[in-house]
Amino acid sequence: MRSQARNRFEHGTNEYQPTEARIVWIDRHTEDDKLFVIDLPDGVSLDHEPGQFVQLFVPGVGEAPFSIASSPTKAGPFELCIRAVGNVTNAIHDLESGDVVGIRGPYGQGFDVEALAGEDLLFIAGGIGLAPLRSVINYALDRPGEFGELTTLYGCTEPAEQLFPDELESWAATDTMDYRETVDEVPEGQEWDGNTGVITSLIPPLEFDPETTVALVCGPPVMYRFVIKALREKGLADDRIYLSLERNMHCGRGLCGHCQLNELYVCLDGPVFHYPTVRDKEEAEV
Amino acid sequence: MKVIDRSDFTTLIEALIASDPRDVVGVQEDGEQYVFDRLESADDLALEYDLTALSPKKYVMPQRETLLTYDRDEDDYEMRAEADPTGHVIVGVHPYDLVAIEHLDKIFIETLQDEPYRRKRENSVLIGLTPQNVADTCFAASMGTATVDSGYDLMVTDLGDAFAVDIGTFEGDQLLESVSTRNASAEEIERVAEIEADLEAEFDRELAFPPAELPTLLEASYDDMDFWAEYAEQCLSCGTCNVVCPTCFCFSVDMIRDLDGESGRQERRWDGCLLEDFATVAQGENFREEVAQRHRHRFMRKGWYIYERYGDIACVGCGRCTRHCVADVADPCEVYNELREAHYA
Repeated sequence: MRSQARNRFEHGTNEYQPTEARIVWIDRHTEDDKLFVIDLPDGVSLDHEPGQFVQLFVPGVGEAPFSIASSPTKAGPFELCIRAVGNVTNAIHDLESGDVVGIRGPYGQGFDVEALAGEDLLFIAGGIGLAPLRSVINYALDRPGEFGELTTLYGCTEPAEQLFPDELESWAATDTMDYRETVDEVPEGQEWDGNTGVITSLIPPLEFDPETTVALVCGPPVMYRFVIKALREKGLADDRIYLSLERNMHCGRGLCGHCQLNELYVCLDGPVFHYPTVRDKEEAEV
Repeated sequence: MKVIDRSDFTTLIEALIASDPRDVVGVQEDGEQYVFDRLESADDLALEYDLTALSPKKYVMPQRETLLTYDRDEDDYEMRAEADPTGHVIVGVHPYDLVAIEHLDKIFIETLQDEPYRRKRENSVLIGLTPQNVADTCFAASMGTATVDSGYDLMVTDLGDAFAVDIGTFEGDQLLESVSTRNASAEEIERVAEIEADLEAEFDRELAFPPAELPTLLEASYDDMDFWAEYAEQCLSCGTCNVVCPTCFCFSVDMIRDLDGESGRQERRWDGCLLEDFATVAQGENFREEVAQRHRHRFMRKGWYIYERYGDIACVGCGRCTRHCVADVADPCEVYNELREAHYA
């Protein structure tokens, strides 16, 4: 059983002080993606909302923002799924279990799970976008009865790009969630007997009640417009769509300006946005 | 209001230089321009200045500063957030720069509790100065920042053989303790009011409408891409307008490794939204890829976005961006006037 006792994770008075944490487990998911399981001191929980992010500081390497991939219903260590795409993330991939890192956060607005209570939830993830959504997918799976029907759509460029492969298998096998997946293409040498096609191809065959369904979407920038269009064609109203957006937060605190999206700061006002809030913002690209 | 003789004002500055534990900085000539720099002597003060190259923002938010240091300790690392508390006595700050610092205080202290900023700011003293000359690029009167009645510890107005001194804070009052002052006469108070009133008429550049209209005007002109593209055509994306702006506060955070490989620090440095990669994310997507988008963003931020969040117009009308822009496309007064012309003529 999970411990219900939980010490609130708190910072010192200087907001830039990271809390010393330790990597306790690393799991390679794909050639470029690894899952890092991180333990805070004295076994305290991060106590985040699903969809929030942390700033991960690695001595000698640098600092970068990452969405939390684990659900707060899972006490103890939390998880970050990190793709090696630049200097900082490449160096993070060289870390080993036992290494010390610094954590600031959790920051930002996550998914408002209280407002979503009772709704049917439709999760739509593209590529690395599964990482932030997994926090709320597992939250819903861990709290049976709190939400209505659960559906997850997951699209990747190719089979070898799938994150959390073991978990995907259990999602496919469970009765408590309708899980569907697709890949854009199957390169020679990879095995795949499921759907091929972009993520939006999974939406038209779905049967859901637009009056009781809320869609939670996270993926690469190019994905949002097409997914939203497909959802609208199924009759889903704009105010029943939530998006998690990625930007380049340097501070996480609404100061550095890198994540600014028109007048909004993604680090303070997001990364999870109610779609109507960003629908007409050019820089949201949604 | 107090009055201090000219010689006593010099004595006051010399006494501060000699005995205040903080560095005393003030406006000085530096070649063809004026700068805020450390004062060796009160004689170095150039109180007749029109505009400095950089604003005194650099003392509360330095161009580079350490946010965090780390040291290896066997298998562990010790990580310490740093907040340099070094304050300054800053002499000769014009009203528009006082307004800019008040604006930064609202964001960095009252709203988002930035410890490195707060410490330097709270340990600093601002001695303001009523401008004696006005830069040709400055439009402070239009922005309501040619004169101020708050934001300073002391506010000094040159009366010729003496200075009128308005006390803004208890700490400002304490500074005056070591020199002789007297209460201003009714005539002297009237004279300060006249100087301030005359100053308002000194500005060549003028916003053709009240700055309170800026948010609405900018919101209405966001999609006028022809307008923004035309201005941006000559823009070099050099970020100079950001660097010289007294209210720009965006930054980047960099890792600086010591050569021993065991220790290092995180530094924040000024960054600018005009620079090409400012809004680029890890996998290469740039959310403000076009120079016209970045150019527009700067004006939107100054006149609309910041207002939405903090209730302030973030342009104080100092005219530094106009003066320093190589391509001559940064003038907010001109841009805002032309926008108004284009949208409401």
